[in-house]
Amino acid sequence: MIIGGKETVLVQGITGKQGTFWSERMRDYGTRIIGGVNPRRAGERHLDLPVWASAQDAAKDQKIDAAVMFVPPFGVKEAALDIIAAGVRKIVCLTEHVPVQDTMYFLAAARERGAQVIGPNTAGLVTTGVSFVGFMPAFNQRVFQKGDIGVISRSGSLGTLLCLNLVQAGLGISSFVGIGGDPIIGTTTRDALMALDKDPATKAIALVGEIGGAMEEAAAEYAASMKKPVAAFIAGAASPPGKKMGHAGAIVMGDRGSYAGKKAALEEAGVTVCATPNEVPGVLKARLKR
Amino acid sequence: MNFTEHAGKAALRAAGIPTPEGIVARTPEDVADAARRIGKCVIKAQVPTGKRGKAGGIKLAATPEEAANHARAILGMTIGEHKVDHVLVDPQVNIAREMYAAVLNDPETQGPLLLFSPEGGMDIEEIAAEHPHALLRLPISIIKGLDEEALAAAVRRYDPPAAGAITDILVKLYEAYRASDAELVEINPLVQMRDGHFIALDCKLTVDDSALTRQEALAHSGTPDKTTDLEARAKVLHLKYIELDGEVGVLANGAGLTMTTMDAIRHFGGQPANFMEIGGDSYTKAVPALEIVLANPNVKALLVNFCGAFARTDVMAEGVINAWLHLKPKIPIVFTIHGTGEDEAIAMVRERLGIEPHDLMDDAVKAAVAAAKGARA
Repeated sequence: MIIGGKETVLVQGITGKQGTFWSERMRDYGTRIIGGVNPRRAGERHLDLPVWASAQDAAKDQKIDAAVMFVPPFGVKEAALDIIAAGVRKIVCLTEHVPVQDTMYFLAAARERGAQVIGPNTAGLVTTGVSFVGFMPAFNQRVFQKGDIGVISRSGSLGTLLCLNLVQAGLGISSFVGIGGDPIIGTTTRDALMALDKDPATKAIALVGEIGGAMEEAAAEYAASMKKPVAAFIAGAASPPGKKMGHAGAIVMGDRGSYAGKKAALEEAGVTVCATPNEVPGVLKARLKR
Repeated sequence: MNFTEHAGKAALRAAGIPTPEGIVARTPEDVADAARRIGKCVIKAQVPTGKRGKAGGIKLAATPEEAANHARAILGMTIGEHKVDHVLVDPQVNIAREMYAAVLNDPETQGPLLLFSPEGGMDIEEIAAEHPHALLRLPISIIKGLDEEALAAAVRRYDPPAAGAITDILVKLYEAYRASDAELVEINPLVQMRDGHFIALDCKLTVDDSALTRQEALAHSGTPDKTTDLEARAKVLHLKYIELDGEVGVLANGAGLTMTTMDAIRHFGGQPANFMEIGGDSYTKAVPALEIVLANPNVKALLVNFCGAFARTDVMAEGVINAWLHLKPKIPIVFTIHGTGEDEAIAMVRERLGIEPHDLMDDAVKAAVAAAKGARA
């Protein structure tokens, strides 16, 4: 789920306000935007790029490696199924408030076709200096400088802060993987950790988690086998506990999901868990020196 | 959104699952009337939370007088954080056996998960933990739907009486889950009566908040989250605000950054006064957001932490500065601003408020915690 410089990117919802704003920025940065989708504006040009009625139509004219969705919540399922049917292998879903059963539906369709979904509710992907998809401030040089730290974050705002802290400390970012803040997402913390572990440009990893769910616990199982140093920050230590899902929630989740449980699982796996994001760069510097 | 037992049972009935024919009542007199019509009955507090029985919110009654007496005790009771303002008067049922059934969103398989146990009742979590084989866990393909033959075969392995009838109920339960955009729909207990028929004696339903606008009818029968006056004000404006007990007011963008700001306040010896997030689509609402944060009298200092990606910090900062100059609060304010639009935002804070934003979040948090303590002393 790392975005490369050669990958072609289709933008669903390219003609909207946000789609337009971020498509221009992505293209200026170096992302290979090939055009977009809007059924009502098919055949027109927007930002001097072609607009198709569907991703499946676009796929007849162009090879599409990745797609990014600027689509309202109730339109996401249909848009995603269109991209998947078009044979696109990498799908970045930025939309917040997608009904979870819709998400589960298109994630299942993506699995059947071997497509990787990032999100929903993600800020996107950045490979510093090469390409970005989504709405991260990749072009802001105080936030993104080229380097060898891979960053994983559920949250865009917190991920931005962490990248900034790394740059302030003289470090740089190889790739940023925003996985999204929804309870069910296509690319989990563990998936992102595996991808950055295999990425030759990444020497160490900063992992930003959140209370709730069991993704950090699952990532910890993988981290135990890693040679690259990992430093983590888990947001939510001071937050009121979230809602409980009846007996069934307790049966399925057990005692996973709490700050203490996540911290213990990660530390057990050799990950340094920091009390604030500002501590992460110092920890990584020290661990890279060893 | 959570639903009371009564509202949840309506969703079950809509899917064809039998439930007792109960009557909702709000006064002891109405409860007595209901008991007169029903006969031997059970009075059940209607609040969207568990442990109602242990809290004394569920009582059996043989006569209308007894029913009214129980209602007087239960109505007005607080269970969890919910005040009981209505009860369900259900007919008593001849229970032969209690079972358990649920369908929920499962993050692990990223699809629906069906749970069934021939042993139901209050201690289902313990049964599941101690005897994992007593619980059927069946992941469902949301694209293909429930495979009824596979389900029937799985249910038969648990050797319950009347496997066919149970399978039929589970199929309907899955339909109810899909039709209502549920995160969870649970029947505990699912009762087999002495005449052999099945009936859902209780129901817990939670519907996905993101789907509520396409579940209009359901949305009206749900129980809104309990809110303080300030939280209610924020909700009308679609601002995510939670009032807390601390003294450091928080204004940040994005849920992750807002939570982190609260964590850092506690880490450096303070307590957050609130959660207030103005990211996403609401980043232009800095003015009303600030008004709500400052309306909490416990706030002794305000910490503004913006880290703009999608949200523009110059737009947010301008809103905060305008509101601050308009409201003229007598408390200290501390800023830390980064990301999209930061140059303009920082310049505005300097020029119009004469305040220097902190470069590191930790420094800003320490300053805000110290300022709140100084103001309190």
